[in-house]
Amino acid sequence: MATFSSPVSIDVPSTGQGGGGVRPPAYGGGDDGRGDGSPDYGQRLRRVRLGLAIGLTSVTMIFVSLTSAYVVRRGLPTLDERTNTYVRDWIPVDLPTSLLLVNTLLLLASSITAELARRQITRQAALAPVRSIPGVSLGEGKGFPWLGATVVLGSGFLTGQWMAWRELADRGFYLATSASSSFVYLLTATHAVHLAGGILVLLYAAAVSLLNRPVEARRIVVDVTAWYWHFMFLLWLYIFGLVWFIR
Amino acid sequence: MATSATIHAHAPQGFIRKYIFSLDHKVIGLQYYFLALVAVFVGMFLSLLMRIHMIWPTAVLPLVGEIKPETYLQLLTMHGTIMVFFVLTTAPQGGFGNYFLPIQIGAPDMAFPVLNMLSFWTTFVAFVTILAAFFVTGGAPLHGWTGYAPLSALTNSGPGEQLGADLWITSIAIFCIASLMGALNFITTTLDLRAKGMTMMRMPLTVWAWFITAILGLLAFGVLLSAGILLLLDRNLGTSFYVPLVVVNGQVMGHKGGSPLLWQHLFWFFGHPEVYIAILPGMGVASQLLSTFSRKPIFGYKAMVYAIMAIGFLGFMVWGHHMFMSGMSPYTAFAFSLMTMAIGVPSAIKTFNWLGTIHGGRVRFQTPMLYAIGFVSLFVSGGLSGPFLAQPVLDIPLHDTAFVVGHFHLIMGVAAIFGMFAGTYYWFPKMFGRMMNETWGRIHFVITLIGTYCVFMPMHYLGMAGQPRRYSQFTELAYLHKLIPLNTFITYAAIVTVLAQFIFVINLFWSMFKGPKASDNPWESTTLEWTTATPPPHDNFGGHTPVVNHGPYEYSVPGAPRDYIMQTDPATVASH
Repeated sequence: MATFSSPVSIDVPSTGQGGGGVRPPAYGGGDDGRGDGSPDYGQRLRRVRLGLAIGLTSVTMIFVSLTSAYVVRRGLPTLDERTNTYVRDWIPVDLPTSLLLVNTLLLLASSITAELARRQITRQAALAPVRSIPGVSLGEGKGFPWLGATVVLGSGFLTGQWMAWRELADRGFYLATSASSSFVYLLTATHAVHLAGGILVLLYAAAVSLLNRPVEARRIVVDVTAWYWHFMFLLWLYIFGLVWFIR
Repeated sequence: MATSATIHAHAPQGFIRKYIFSLDHKVIGLQYYFLALVAVFVGMFLSLLMRIHMIWPTAVLPLVGEIKPETYLQLLTMHGTIMVFFVLTTAPQGGFGNYFLPIQIGAPDMAFPVLNMLSFWTTFVAFVTILAAFFVTGGAPLHGWTGYAPLSALTNSGPGEQLGADLWITSIAIFCIASLMGALNFITTTLDLRAKGMTMMRMPLTVWAWFITAILGLLAFGVLLSAGILLLLDRNLGTSFYVPLVVVNGQVMGHKGGSPLLWQHLFWFFGHPEVYIAILPGMGVASQLLSTFSRKPIFGYKAMVYAIMAIGFLGFMVWGHHMFMSGMSPYTAFAFSLMTMAIGVPSAIKTFNWLGTIHGGRVRFQTPMLYAIGFVSLFVSGGLSGPFLAQPVLDIPLHDTAFVVGHFHLIMGVAAIFGMFAGTYYWFPKMFGRMMNETWGRIHFVITLIGTYCVFMPMHYLGMAGQPRRYSQFTELAYLHKLIPLNTFITYAAIVTVLAQFIFVINLFWSMFKGPKASDNPWESTTLEWTTATPPPHDNFGGHTPVVNHGPYEYSVPGAPRDYIMQTDPATVASH
C-alpha cells in the first residue's frame, strides 16, 4: 500500500509498437489557447476539423432518422373513418419549384464564396509571418469581402426558404395538412436552423476580425465554417432531391 | 512529487470561474458526478414510494399522499427517465469519463473545454426542466420512460400529459444536445490528444469504453432528438407522425394516419444503444480494477478491446427485440432475435477474460475490487436472462412482466451502479486527496450486493407467475395473491438497500474532509492518473507532458523491480 511512484520522463521514447501514437499536445493546446507560449495553430486547426467531422456525423444521423420516418410514413395506409377502409393519405406537395431552384443557386453561390473566403484567409495566415518582417510590404491585402458575401447569400437563402414556406401555405399546404407537407416543413426547417447556426458563426468570425485576434485564430473559424457550409449545401441538395423525387 | 496547481499560471482564481463555469475537465467531471448523485437520490426515492405502494396500496405517503393509479404511473415515468438519463448516462461517462479520460491519455484537458462546460450546463438545464414537470398543472407525465405514442403524443390522454409531458420531451431533447456535445469532445480528445507513446492499443480499457460509448452516443442521441421533435410537433402543432385516427373520451382527435410504431422504432434505435452507453463504462472500470487488484495483466487485452467494439456495433442491430409484441413480421423478429443472441458472444468473451484475470492472481480484496467483482456478478446474473428475452417465443409471455424489470435492473441498473461505486472508491483518493473508509465501504458493499439481489432476483419469479409491470395495484387480483409475500419481501429488501446508501453518502462526504491523506498512487496502479499529483494540478501533469512506454496493465512482470510497471516508466525497466 501507499507506495510512492514518481513519473519518469525520458528523452527517447520507445516507439517500436504501433508507431508511437500522435504528437503530444502542445502545452495548453487543449485549453483553448490560454496556455503558455504561442499556440500551435496548425494542430488546433486539425483538431477543430476533426471535431467538425464528428459533429457532422450526428447531424447526418438526425437526417437519416428523419428520412427513415419519411419513407415509413409515406408507405403507411390510413384508416378512413367514413368508408372504414384503408386509403393512402400521402398528398404530393405542390412545391414552389422555381423558387427552390433559385434558393439552391443562392446556396451554391454562398458555398463558393465561403470557399473563396477560406482560401483568402488561408493565404493571409500563411503570409502573416512575412508581414511582420520589417521592411516587407505586401500591400493592403484586404481583397474582396468573401465572408460578408457568404453571410449575405446565406441570409438570402434563408429568406428564400421563408418565401417558399409562404408560397406553400398559399397553395394550401400547412404544417399539419398532410404528412407529406409536415415532412417538407420539418426537413427544410431543420436544415434552415443548421444553416442559421453557420451564419452566426460567420458573424462571430467577422466580429473577431475587429477584435484584433491573430489571423491564424480567425482562419480556424472560417475554415471549419466553410467546410460546414459545403456540407449544408450538399445536405440541401439531398433534402431537395428527397422531397422532389419522392413526393 | 511536489508539483502543485500553482505551477500552471493560468489556473482560474475566482470562485465562479474555478468551480461553477469552469473549463477544467476535472471540475466538470465532478459537476456531472454530483448532479448524478442528486438525481440518483431523487430516482431512488420515487422507486421507494412505488415499492411501498405496491404492498400497502392505501397508505398515505410523505409528499405524495395516497398514491392513485395515475400517480403511480407518474412515479415510474420519472424514476425511469431520471435514472436512465441523469444517472446511468451522466455519472459513468460525463462524470468519470470527463475527469479521467484526458488524464489517462496524458492530455492537459479535453479537446474543446468551452464545449465541455456547455455540455454540462446544458445537462443541468435538462435536469431542472424534467424536475419542473413535477410542479406544473397536472404534474409529471405518465407515459413511461419509453414515452410510447399515442399516449405521449396527445395532450388529453391523462393527467400530466399536458405541460408535464412537454417539459419531459423538452428535457430529453436538451439532454440529447448536451450528450452530442459531450460525445464530440470525447471522441476528438481520444483521437487527437494522446500523449507520445500512448498508442490506441496502449489505452486503458476504461478509455476504450468511454471512447466507444461516445461513438454510440454520437450516433444514437441524434435519432432520439429527431424523434422527440416529431413528438413535440404532434403534441403542439397538430401533425400526425405518430398519432393515427384516435378517439379519446368520445372525442375524435384531429390526427390521422400516424404510426405509433414509428415512435417505437426511432425510440429503440436510440434505446438499445443507450443500454450499452450505461454499461460499457462500467465494463471499463471493472476491467481496470480486476487487473489492478489481482496484480495481473488483463486477460486478453486485445480481445477485450474488440469485444467492446463488437458490443457497440451489435447494439445498433437489435432494437427490434423491444418490439416483438408490437406487431412485427416473424422473419424480422427472427433476425432481431439472432442478432441479440449474438451479443452474448462478446459479452461472454468479456466475462471469461474477467475471470481469467482474477484466476491465479494475488487478489487484494479492497472495496473497489469488491465492487468490481460485484459488477461481474450482476452482469452475469442480469445477462443470463437476456437470451431468454431475446427469443420471441419466450418474450411473448414474459414481455411487460416483472421478469423484464428484474432483468434490466440487474444488468443495466445495478451493474452500472456497481461500476460507479467501484469507480468512486477507486478514484476517490485521486479526486479528493483522501482515502474513503474501508470498513464502512465493505459494509456498504455487503448490504448493497445482497440487498439488490434480494430486490431484483425474485422479480423473475413474479414475472414468470404473470405479474405485469406498470400496474399500480394487484393486491386484489386473485391469481397474484400467492405472490404478495414475495412482493412484501422485495419491498423490505428495497428499504434496507436504500438505507444502506446513506452509509455511502456519509462515507463519501466525511472522507472528503476527514479521511486519511492519500498518497499519489495508493492502489499501486499503472495508468497515467497515478503518476501525477493528488489531486491533479490544473493542467493534469504540472507543466510536463508524460511519455508512455508501456501498456496499461503490466503487473507482476518477471524481472521488474516491483510488481507493477507504470505506463511512464522507462522502456528498459524490464525485458519481457
